[in-house]
Amino acid sequence: MSLLESIRIALNAIRGNALRSALTILMIVIGVGCVIIGAAFGSGTQAAVQEQMSTLGANVLSIYPGQSFGHGRVASSNRVSLTIDDYDALRRDSQFLSAVVPELRSSRQVKFGNKNIHGTITGTTPNYLVVNNRELTHGRMITQSDLAARRRVAVLGYSIPTSFEFAPTSLLGRDISIGRIIFKVVGVFAEVGSGGYGPSVDDAIYIPLTTARFRVFGSDRLGSLSAEVKENIGIDMAMVDIERVLRREHKIRPGDPNDFQIMNRSVFTDMMQSITSTLSTYVIGILAISLLIGAIGILSIMLVSVTERTREIGVRKALGATRGNILTQFIVEAITLGALGGLFGIVLGWLGSEAISSQFDMPLIVEMQTVLIAVAVSVSVGFSAGVWPAYLASKLDPIEALRHD
Amino acid sequence: MATPNPSANRDSPPSGRVIDLQTIHKNYRMGSETIRALNGVDCRIDANEYVAIMGPSGSGKSTLMNIIGCLDRPSAGEYWLDGENVSKLNDKALARVRNRMIGFVFQTFNLLSKSNALQNVETPLLYGGVGRRERRNRARQALERVGLDDRTFHKPSELSGGQRQRVAVARALVNDPAILLADEPTGNLDSRTGEDIMALFEELYSAGQTIILVTHEPGIAVRAKRHIHLRDGEVTEDYLVENG
Repeated sequence: MSLLESIRIALNAIRGNALRSALTILMIVIGVGCVIIGAAFGSGTQAAVQEQMSTLGANVLSIYPGQSFGHGRVASSNRVSLTIDDYDALRRDSQFLSAVVPELRSSRQVKFGNKNIHGTITGTTPNYLVVNNRELTHGRMITQSDLAARRRVAVLGYSIPTSFEFAPTSLLGRDISIGRIIFKVVGVFAEVGSGGYGPSVDDAIYIPLTTARFRVFGSDRLGSLSAEVKENIGIDMAMVDIERVLRREHKIRPGDPNDFQIMNRSVFTDMMQSITSTLSTYVIGILAISLLIGAIGILSIMLVSVTERTREIGVRKALGATRGNILTQFIVEAITLGALGGLFGIVLGWLGSEAISSQFDMPLIVEMQTVLIAVAVSVSVGFSAGVWPAYLASKLDPIEALRHD
Repeated sequence: MATPNPSANRDSPPSGRVIDLQTIHKNYRMGSETIRALNGVDCRIDANEYVAIMGPSGSGKSTLMNIIGCLDRPSAGEYWLDGENVSKLNDKALARVRNRMIGFVFQTFNLLSKSNALQNVETPLLYGGVGRRERRNRARQALERVGLDDRTFHKPSELSGGQRQRVAVARALVNDPAILLADEPTGNLDSRTGEDIMALFEELYSAGQTIILVTHEPGIAVRAKRHIHLRDGEVTEDYLVENG
């Protein structure tokens, strides 16, 4: 008898007890579904982290105003600030930095034609492009002469043209108003993507630092500074270097805490990575527990089934089924149950991932590898749960079995 | 009414002989006690015989039927089925013999409830390794033979008792077995449908089928051409019936 025939008989038996079979595999469906979603979340996060790793060089440090409290949280207060003077000091006095990029940030109403949006305006310098590993799709970056002349030019984040319902090219050279000041659009950035976590730089508008300071915000308080570390210099040495310069600038006495914070960007990615790996451990835990329960479900149903179908087994033996035939029939039935559970679980997990992905704007990636593992595991669960009942069935004496009611 | 059975003669040539039971013993252990279910049964049945094995309960007729049907092995003695000594075969070989040589018809029909008539009839061919297309054809032919070609896709629960037993007969015949072995085939049927089944047996017998009927009902046994009576594990009478 071919395997195909065994599967057909198994499907017949499963269909004959549709409700019971469905309940039997429910635990596997739920287990596999959860695991697919969990794994998809893990893969998505991993991919987002990887992308950030590649966009933000590991040799770039971020400096934020404010004191550090415990777990890297920042207290913002009016007394504590990072200014353009600090930026100048770092450029002038630091030994281990190859570039320093200021970001002077505030929100303003941005208007184009009759459309209004609320946008983050960032005043910065030309080297922002290189240090942050950004690219332009259209036009040009802010230049030194823009800075010197405090020109009213703007480079738009990737999403801004879409917000105005315009193609990037048709916005180039046009005027937009930022806080009632007219700016000329000179460039559009390539997409970075937020990776789903936090606000995106794609929604920001970039203008020359000097223009931002003197014409728009009237403030020299920086939102943050980025510092690129010279090649062959350790990150730690660069951090000490920055600390030295800024403590002197801020006149902090020895023993007093910093009123600024230096963040190594790889700390963020490390954190994400560790969350992901913790998550993976939980996912494996859920998988193990749910599949154990699923296996017990299949086992008990198969045991009931063998008792219930004793006479059927007797009849089949009388008609010429060998022990091997009966063994195969019941194992295939258990495997089919497991596999069906796995397949429905994959569908559930996939739909769930899609739903979460679109609802919460999180990148969930269902990987082929996960799907294959899920199938393999459910099949093995079915197999291990089916072996013993199948053995009992095959061992039945046909005469006894035929007499059974 | 009775004449001595010529095939009971040991010296007769084995040609055409389907069943040759030689001093069959069957003992069971029940705790410390040994029960002698069969006590030296000698019996030969030729091709195209229609035999009724009769006896009260406890006479050993079920045990004898199980041995003839290759569901069980004798404790002592030899059983030759169609020229092959099957008394010492292992489980797997016995399953093969059951599949090819024996067609069972049970009192309680014993159809597979989740399968339709056609699938039920196909089952022996499935275990015989017959390909799908041929299986289909032969199963249809067998159903036709018992007059149920219009009930091919009905489940047993959708069939009457008589129709179920016909499906069972079709299933027993589908592998063209050496023996049709029927155990009280009318026991669960009313007398009229029972009569129909017996008429079907008659027809099969006329077409050359060897039939062994196990029954305790004289009214049913009378349809057979030869009676073998068992009592306390021994053959007490063996004679040809002159009827019709």
